[in-house]
Amino acid sequence: MARVVVLGAGISGHTSAAFLKKMLGKKHEVIVVSPSQYYQWVPSNIWVGIGKMKVDQVRFKLNKVYNRWGIIFKQAKATTIHPEGDSTTDSPFVSIEYVSEDKNGETEKVEYDYLVNATGPKLRFDLTEGLGPDNNTLSVCTFSHADHTWNELQKRIELMKQGKKQRFLIGTGHPTATCQGAAFEYALNVAFEIRKRKLSHMADITWITNEYELGDFGMGGAYVKRGGYITSTKVFTESVLSEYDITWIKRAGIKKVEPGIAHYETLDGEEKSVEFDFSMLIPAFTGQGFKAFNKQGEDITDVVFAPNGFMKVDADYSGKAFEDWSINDWPQTYQNPTYSNMYATGIAFAPPHSISKPMTSPNGTKIFPAPPRTGMPSGVIGKIVAQNIAEFIKKGATEHKHTANMGRMGAACIVSAGYSLTHGQGATMTVSPIVPDYEKYPQWGRDIEATVGEMGLAGHWIKLFLHYMFIHKAKGYPLWWLLPE
Amino acid sequence: MEEKKELRAYKEESYPPYPTKATKFWRRNFIYQFFKFWQLNYKIMRIVVKGHT
Ligand SMILES: Cc1cc2nc3c(=O)[nH]c(=O)nc-3n(C[C@H](O)[C@H](O)[C@H](O)COP(=O)(O)OP(=O)(O)OC[C@H]3O[C@@H](n4cnc5c(N)ncnc54)[C@H](O)[C@@H]3O)c2cc1C
Repeated sequence: MARVVVLGAGISGHTSAAFLKKMLGKKHEVIVVSPSQYYQWVPSNIWVGIGKMKVDQVRFKLNKVYNRWGIIFKQAKATTIHPEGDSTTDSPFVSIEYVSEDKNGETEKVEYDYLVNATGPKLRFDLTEGLGPDNNTLSVCTFSHADHTWNELQKRIELMKQGKKQRFLIGTGHPTATCQGAAFEYALNVAFEIRKRKLSHMADITWITNEYELGDFGMGGAYVKRGGYITSTKVFTESVLSEYDITWIKRAGIKKVEPGIAHYETLDGEEKSVEFDFSMLIPAFTGQGFKAFNKQGEDITDVVFAPNGFMKVDADYSGKAFEDWSINDWPQTYQNPTYSNMYATGIAFAPPHSISKPMTSPNGTKIFPAPPRTGMPSGVIGKIVAQNIAEFIKKGATEHKHTANMGRMGAACIVSAGYSLTHGQGATMTVSPIVPDYEKYPQWGRDIEATVGEMGLAGHWIKLFLHYMFIHKAKGYPLWWLLPE
Repeated sequence: MEEKKELRAYKEESYPPYPTKATKFWRRNFIYQFFKFWQLNYKIMRIVVKGHT
């Protein structure tokens, strides 16, 4: 019997565990370790943040699904990884600490034959002074953050109704934060809700971003064929913001937030400030900060993990100059180069470099987005890793038959721009590949025929449809495995 | 969305293309958007299928 341990039950880990169990059956063990008892469909947190969905619509308890599937669930957080075992065992293991009510604080060594690290990002509000829901800004990164943000938004709406003008600041809260898409969606949804209540004249909404140009979205922007032109996503994004009466500040790295005021440095090196009454800013992301040890108990964290805490995989980490970047720098199998039975999927793998061009202010501050890893690639990577591991175990395969390179894989992202079945909007955006491939597509870096950027009600319907489809899939309801990632 | 936005030169937000009434109409026209729903889903599926090699 083989044992596969999956750390994390987010989009990537849950997909991986589901396919592993489906392919391995009862003969082998699949264990999921995750500190939350819930699965959450993160993209719909945006709608929790504007009061259009309740928390229970975007989450469900994992144990019910895992019991049905025969997956062992440990509500715990992984703390250290021992890929060579230790003085007491030759088996690799991961140390975990339970957070469930019944076992809170208990620790355990969980041995594995294969380890899938799908622990996503650590939300590093602490890297920007004064940032985050415990300080001076709000967040929609988790369902509880989003719920809290909705409470705060309601207070602002009440004040506007009483005739008090409110300033909203939404965007990235760190000079190298990513996830612009989510913040952008939230800004549009807030504007839509305010306008629906006929309070636009009482609101000043500002989009603040570390992007060089709007529409970069951490992937160097994209080009879309529309209206007889090939147009940059900069134009598309600015047009949408303008339509929604949102002004913008770009090339801005927020370094400190005090009550009602955010301080930022621009790419020109200027120090500036912007005042607000309500602010939702995305923090920097890093890996979870696990430590790794060899058999002798020596710290090998820097062998297994990159300095940003994400796990090293089969990527090119040589630190090439922007001009030399290629899609071949990006991983294909997500296997750790030192320990072949360890994989990192979704946001947990260390990217070789950003996708956006690195930019530095005259003061030496890096101001550009880190590379995003959205839901679709996270799910696809989780699945191919599961397929490869299952084939190693069941068929004794030695080659990775399944690969997923972000320089070959496309991504679809629906940017919600207002929740209503009759008046809502969504921007449907697709790019292929995610990482531009200037060898294959010298002109635009991507397949222009496969790139879409369209605004309309259909986008909202698709986003809502995807919400129900992915929850259906994650709950393991009939034919779940047929639904794409 | 509310109509009659004032577009003035020398303001950054006035330079990008602004949707006309017709564009806004088609964006919310049920029949046209129903067609778009399937068309866009098809385009998304093409990318999804390509990604699952
Ligand atoms: C507000 C918001 C909106 C978004 N909207 C979209 C969208 O519209 N479309 C899109 O494609 N993408 C979207 N994204 C991005 C998408 O959510 C991510 O790509 C996706 O969640 C990444 O999946 P993951 O499994 O790698 O990480 P996560 O989903 O973050 O999962 C990580 C898992 O690891 C667990 N974990 C954490 N620490 C430990 C530990 N120590 N031990 C064990 N487990 C641990 C967590 O509890 C969680 O279960 C959005 C993101 C945000 C924040």
